[in-house]
Amino acid sequence: MRIIILGVGNILLSDEGIGVRAVESLKREYRLPQGVEVIDGGTSAMEMLDDIACVDHLIIVDAVRSGKPPGTMVRIAGDAVPVFFKTKLSPHQIGLSDVLATLVLTGEQPGGVTVIGVEPNSLATGMALTPQIEALLPKVVAQLVEELRQHGMAAERVEEEVA
Amino acid sequence: MGTRITIDPITRIEGHLRIDCQVDGGKVTKSWASGQMWRGVEEILLGRDPRDAWAITQRICGVCTTVHAIASVRAVENALNLEVPLNAQYIRNLIITAHAIHDHIVHFYHLSALDWVDVTSALKGDPAKTALLAESLSTWSGNSQQEFTKVKERLSGFVGTGQLGIFTNGYWGHPAMKLSPEVNLLAVTHYLQALDVQRKANKIVAVLGSKTPHIQNMAVGGVANPIALDSQSVLTVERLLAIKTWIDELADFVKNVYLVDVAAIGAFYADWTQIGTGITDYLSVPDIPLDTKGTQFALPGGYIPGGDLSKFHAIKSFSDPYFRDGVEESVKHAWYKGGKGALHPYKGETVPEYTDFQDNGKYSWVKSPTFYSKPAQVGPLARVLAMVAANYEPAVKYVTQTLDLVGTIAKTKVPVAALHSTIGRHAARAVSCALQVDVLGSQWQMLVDNIAKGDVKTFNKPVFPKGEISGVGFHEAPRGVLSHWVVIKDGKITNYQAVVPTTWNAAPRNENDAIGPYEASLLNTPVADPERPLEVLRTVHSFDPCLACAVHVLDDEQREVVKVKVL
Repeated sequence: MRIIILGVGNILLSDEGIGVRAVESLKREYRLPQGVEVIDGGTSAMEMLDDIACVDHLIIVDAVRSGKPPGTMVRIAGDAVPVFFKTKLSPHQIGLSDVLATLVLTGEQPGGVTVIGVEPNSLATGMALTPQIEALLPKVVAQLVEELRQHGMAAERVEEEVA
Repeated sequence: MGTRITIDPITRIEGHLRIDCQVDGGKVTKSWASGQMWRGVEEILLGRDPRDAWAITQRICGVCTTVHAIASVRAVENALNLEVPLNAQYIRNLIITAHAIHDHIVHFYHLSALDWVDVTSALKGDPAKTALLAESLSTWSGNSQQEFTKVKERLSGFVGTGQLGIFTNGYWGHPAMKLSPEVNLLAVTHYLQALDVQRKANKIVAVLGSKTPHIQNMAVGGVANPIALDSQSVLTVERLLAIKTWIDELADFVKNVYLVDVAAIGAFYADWTQIGTGITDYLSVPDIPLDTKGTQFALPGGYIPGGDLSKFHAIKSFSDPYFRDGVEESVKHAWYKGGKGALHPYKGETVPEYTDFQDNGKYSWVKSPTFYSKPAQVGPLARVLAMVAANYEPAVKYVTQTLDLVGTIAKTKVPVAALHSTIGRHAARAVSCALQVDVLGSQWQMLVDNIAKGDVKTFNKPVFPKGEISGVGFHEAPRGVLSHWVVIKDGKITNYQAVVPTTWNAAPRNENDAIGPYEASLLNTPVADPERPLEVLRTVHSFDPCLACAVHVLDDEQREVVKVKVL
């Protein structure tokens, strides 16, 4: 069993970087079991082909345009994922959807894809998330842990070191 | 009255470039290239530690992260006059070369081949005839009748499901598609094989850069990781040997497949050697430094005015004032506050001032760079022509070999001048890729030999002086000249400008209202069907546009993937 959690987004555009920030937090706060890989994909595309090829499940974390209020977290899975790519909710979909389409062509597509999306508050230039989205980070990370649990993968929280 | 075509966005992967053309009598008579998103990354860097800039700038672009990391450390090193240990130069050279090879293979097969290759026609190709044709051109082991049959079956299954996926945006059956079903089948087969091969180049970047898509093994003053051949965590003998295997596999594909395919497609589309010329003032920079100071390079670069190779002016070092003093950017036609004339990047300003799309006013987020007040074309064609002009023997060899092969297939003699064209840019990119594969091999050997001598140094510590210093870092990136310009005061960044390849090529009109390279290259392009302007896409794609880099990465809401608007 191999599962990839892929954080995508541009960390130079505040909330656009939520996907990357979420996987950074996940890596910092949890010890992940064998078979789970976390990738900070930034806004790349073809470079990720090799990593994503043949995985049992792919979990994507990204900023999305769901039409819901900023700070809304959405989960898109199963049949809804291709639709998500067609209607182009996320800024990175062109690149990522090309990678997934290519893997279909080579017969190496992921066994399943789940998207955890966050409606951004701001896409202004800057390296920090807005406070509203920053506050949502623990919830997004908890959702990722839950996704892993559903696949029988137990992530273990790392105890905070006492200074 | 002619027709106005708007294509937005124009790229297959990274969007945000809009092209407008006026078409009269079946030909483009006027054109505008427009970046549709603002890039404010420079602002983020102000006040930061120059040692952190490379990690931030590699997030500018999703396609070419590595190139910004390298240009950034070189800029800071240039400001400090800091030498880089030989091992670090070699490791960086391997990373950037592997990245470039990856970029070129992906660009040709996956981002632009479908402008020339009709996937649906490949379904009619006869595998036996395809194998005969392929074997007459190359000894590549993947050219068997069985392989072509297998691909054809896979493709039929794929197309049969009605889900064209990655092939969705193709212009199937367009009158400008001219390859026979067999050539199309051959090309599609190599498209699939290239998907596998490009991974090897990416693996080299991943191993030496410690991580992709964003490398970590970089530092102002060298590379971050030490060399310890007996440690599992760093660069081991085992890893070095794996890299050598991947280099050999890349070399086989690039020389026996990529170069051959480009020559064949070029021969079948010989009319495209007369289209898309545009600006023939070419700028490239030398790269692959072979010494610690950046005064000797494996690959030469420089300026060629008016396509005249005899007037080549070489750029000789990382500190060459000829490059440093020649670059300016104008915002007269870009959505930034201007009024100060064209500015040198050290004095550059990036303050947004959006108007609307004004044909004769401001119409792009891309600034307009010039070299000694003139627009310049950058990219593989500029690079290869400079190498030929500098009499760099391997470049002369590959150019001659490629043009001879085109000539054999087309049954006519093809001169070097044919390269000043849309198809010529593809040929130059393939030649550049072949040269880079050789460089990859030689840099690998130099690294191994140097370590064998007992030199394991990878880093010189940067020390920032009080007061103001400035520096430029340039890199001959896959898409052409990339330069980062930094002004540092008391150890903090006070100005930062990135002049990226697509800025040069997608430049709007400049301070003197002269058109940029994309705009110039589109003039006189024939357009058979304004509703399906494949010819315009062919020329723009031949530059390998990457607007994510020249401008911002975010997108408008709910925009269609490709919008062709006929007014």
